Amino acid sequence: MAVAKKSDVKEKGQDRGNGAPPEFTKEQELVALRAMLLIRRFEEKAGQLYGMGAIGGFCHLYIGQEAVVVGMQMALKMGDQVITGYRDHGHMLGTEMDPKGVLAELTGRHGGYSKGKGGSMHMFSKEKNFFGGHGIVGAQVPLGTGLAFANSYRGNDFVSLTYFGDGAANQGQVYESFNMAELWKLPVIYVIENNRYAMGTSVSRSSAQTDFSKRGISFNIPGEQVDGMDIRAVKAAGDKAIAWCRAGKGPYILEMQTYRYRGHSMSDPAKYRTREEVDKVRHDQDPIEQVRNRLLAAKMDEQELKAIDAEVRQIVNAAADFAQHDAEPDPSELYTDVYR
Amino acid sequence: MPIQVLMPALSPTMEKGNLAKWLKKEGETIKSGDVIAEIETDKATMEVEATDEGTLGKILIPEGTADVAVNTPIATILADGENAADLAKATAPAKQEKAAEYAPPAETRAEAPASKSGGGKEKKAPAAPQIVAEPDPEVPEGTEMVTMTIREALRDAMAEEMRRDADVFIMGEEVAEYQGAYKVTQGLLQEFGARRVIDTPITEHGFAGVGIGAAMAGLKPIVEFMTFNFAMQAMDQIINSAAKTLYMSGGQMGCSIVFRGPNGAAARVAAQHSQDYSAWYSQIPGLKVIAPFSAADYKGLLKAAIRDPNPVIFLENEVLYGHTGPVPKLDDYVIPIGKARVVRSGGHVTIVSWSNGMTYALKAAEELAKEGIEAELIDLRTLRPLDTDTVVASVKKTGRAVTVEEGWQQNGVGAEIAARIMEHAFDYLDAPVLRVSGKDVPMPYAANLEKLALPSAAEVVEAAKAVCYR
Repeated sequence: MAVAKKSDVKEKGQDRGNGAPPEFTKEQELVALRAMLLIRRFEEKAGQLYGMGAIGGFCHLYIGQEAVVVGMQMALKMGDQVITGYRDHGHMLGTEMDPKGVLAELTGRHGGYSKGKGGSMHMFSKEKNFFGGHGIVGAQVPLGTGLAFANSYRGNDFVSLTYFGDGAANQGQVYESFNMAELWKLPVIYVIENNRYAMGTSVSRSSAQTDFSKRGISFNIPGEQVDGMDIRAVKAAGDKAIAWCRAGKGPYILEMQTYRYRGHSMSDPAKYRTREEVDKVRHDQDPIEQVRNRLLAAKMDEQELKAIDAEVRQIVNAAADFAQHDAEPDPSELYTDVYR
Repeated sequence: MPIQVLMPALSPTMEKGNLAKWLKKEGETIKSGDVIAEIETDKATMEVEATDEGTLGKILIPEGTADVAVNTPIATILADGENAADLAKATAPAKQEKAAEYAPPAETRAEAPASKSGGGKEKKAPAAPQIVAEPDPEVPEGTEMVTMTIREALRDAMAEEMRRDADVFIMGEEVAEYQGAYKVTQGLLQEFGARRVIDTPITEHGFAGVGIGAAMAGLKPIVEFMTFNFAMQAMDQIINSAAKTLYMSGGQMGCSIVFRGPNGAAARVAAQHSQDYSAWYSQIPGLKVIAPFSAADYKGLLKAAIRDPNPVIFLENEVLYGHTGPVPKLDDYVIPIGKARVVRSGGHVTIVSWSNGMTYALKAAEELAKEGIEAELIDLRTLRPLDTDTVVASVKKTGRAVTVEEGWQQNGVGAEIAARIMEHAFDYLDAPVLRVSGKDVPMPYAANLEKLALPSAAEVVEAAKAVCYR
């Protein structure tokens, strides 16, 4: 299961005008569909395993937000870095980390990406340039800025994709980072995933400025609001922001307007929003359904779509099997990896 | 009566300075606010402005004079109607003072006010201690020793490592163009350029995180905190991001980074600027914590810290920056992290300290020797990993121990040492371990109270005698 990189997939052409994002080719649609489906099915499985007691602690699902990560991944190139907060499973699958290793980390097994020592919020892959997985809200923002600093120091043209939510956007260190990033023209894209709720507090109850694309104005960082439920819009915005960064123009802010269908974590009382609100977004804007409907409208064979779904389910089931049967870390692992 | 112009103190810890240049000549008219001279310290160059009006009567300290003590009369200003004959009146008393004022500076700011505050039986402190200890075993016999300040030792360590490894860079407030708030990074910008010597905005939490991110990407940052008091703003990044990531990533992703800067009390800067963080950082698995005392250790251990693949907290001490000591002249002098040093051998009592605590400990050891008590003095140098073996071996020999630290006693490093001695050498103890520490109060500003809040050599002597039942 691979998310094709920008260079692998033929582009269909330009913006259709009137602000609508450029259409995807059929190939791009399929890549997007598959990658988003993998995240969705993976997260559904993680939710099940949590309910069965196989996953402990905190578990924050990405269901509903899939287009953000997959669209941005389609705009990146090898060598670009990705870093995010605690709702990180989607980002890991998006960077092509092995679903088995991710799920085994959730179940606290030796075969997990952190040998079972990190859990849901703390996973990394040097190989895939995924820098975590950070459990302290907003802490990844200076770190992601530091990744961009390293790119700038080394004089390469890689870009750091630093994700955080509407909640983290109110942390002070975010603005300390904005200041340095623009001051030093660092190649970092701040992707603010606005899913409307910081835990249970809606954006309007927590933010004086609810247009997050404007949060960089006093630092002269350009920003834009993006329909984060439409993967084509995400990809187009990502292309533009990446071009900006690669050209040495400094940081860029993308506010992805998205939505999470599930609770903040698995223990969410769901008292802060209505069932109707969730159902409406799911019915009208679901990022996966949007792609599926376009493919069907373009006379794609439904059997072919079902085959993709089956393949994804198979991958997720194999991961779940591994995650439940892999050994726990050896007791000797307690004292390893403290120092190197 | 002619007015005396005194050598000004340009910072709380300044004890002496060089009179670099006179900008007015004898006989010239001076107005209030005129710049009359330039003063240089190892930290900064500053202008001296006249606060009085008149004629520059006599220059008492010629330009180019080095090591002029603070408060030494450097010139006299004649008021209207006064003439050269009046000068004698002004200079005569100054001469009497001169001997005292030219005395080498007090060994620390804590000792300095002793005579005024009547805070103890101690006499006015003698010269700044030349940290004379046997050279490390690692130094080949016959190695030439160069005397340098701790400030220079730190600078040289960084410069050498930056020459050696292009991934090493330094960032922090005022490290580049200002040449370091305490002049520790002097000259680095000129040698390595703005790409590798980076002035940051005043944004500790932010730049600590940026440094850690750069380290995760494989660079080797040295992050200077103007003082560790300000690093409290960055605590989350240091602990949660730097110290824990290697473990949380199952060994995949760590960070090689040094956080350094002055720690603990300086002089007369009060509670928010005078905290010792030795205990705070040394509690955290994943961090290494170094707090040296001698110039040679500052150099050798900072080089080791920069090369270490783990996050290292390097606690310096502002009071010690200007102190000098012998440093081996070797191409690559690196001291292993985690090894304490027996600075003085003795069989009666073990005294364990580190960083500026060693100032009190060394002095106490001398006093004790006069009374027939031979103290074995251990400079821990590294607080994590703590060299338990060296301490325990000494206690097994002496049967008695005293710890000395500037930080607070509760949950302090001294408490940890006492616990380890109890765990590993209980049967050898002839007396309970005693701790000499900073008092359990925020650091006061008033000179007399500040002195009382810090440990003293007298307290160390008292504790050592107590454990010896003397």
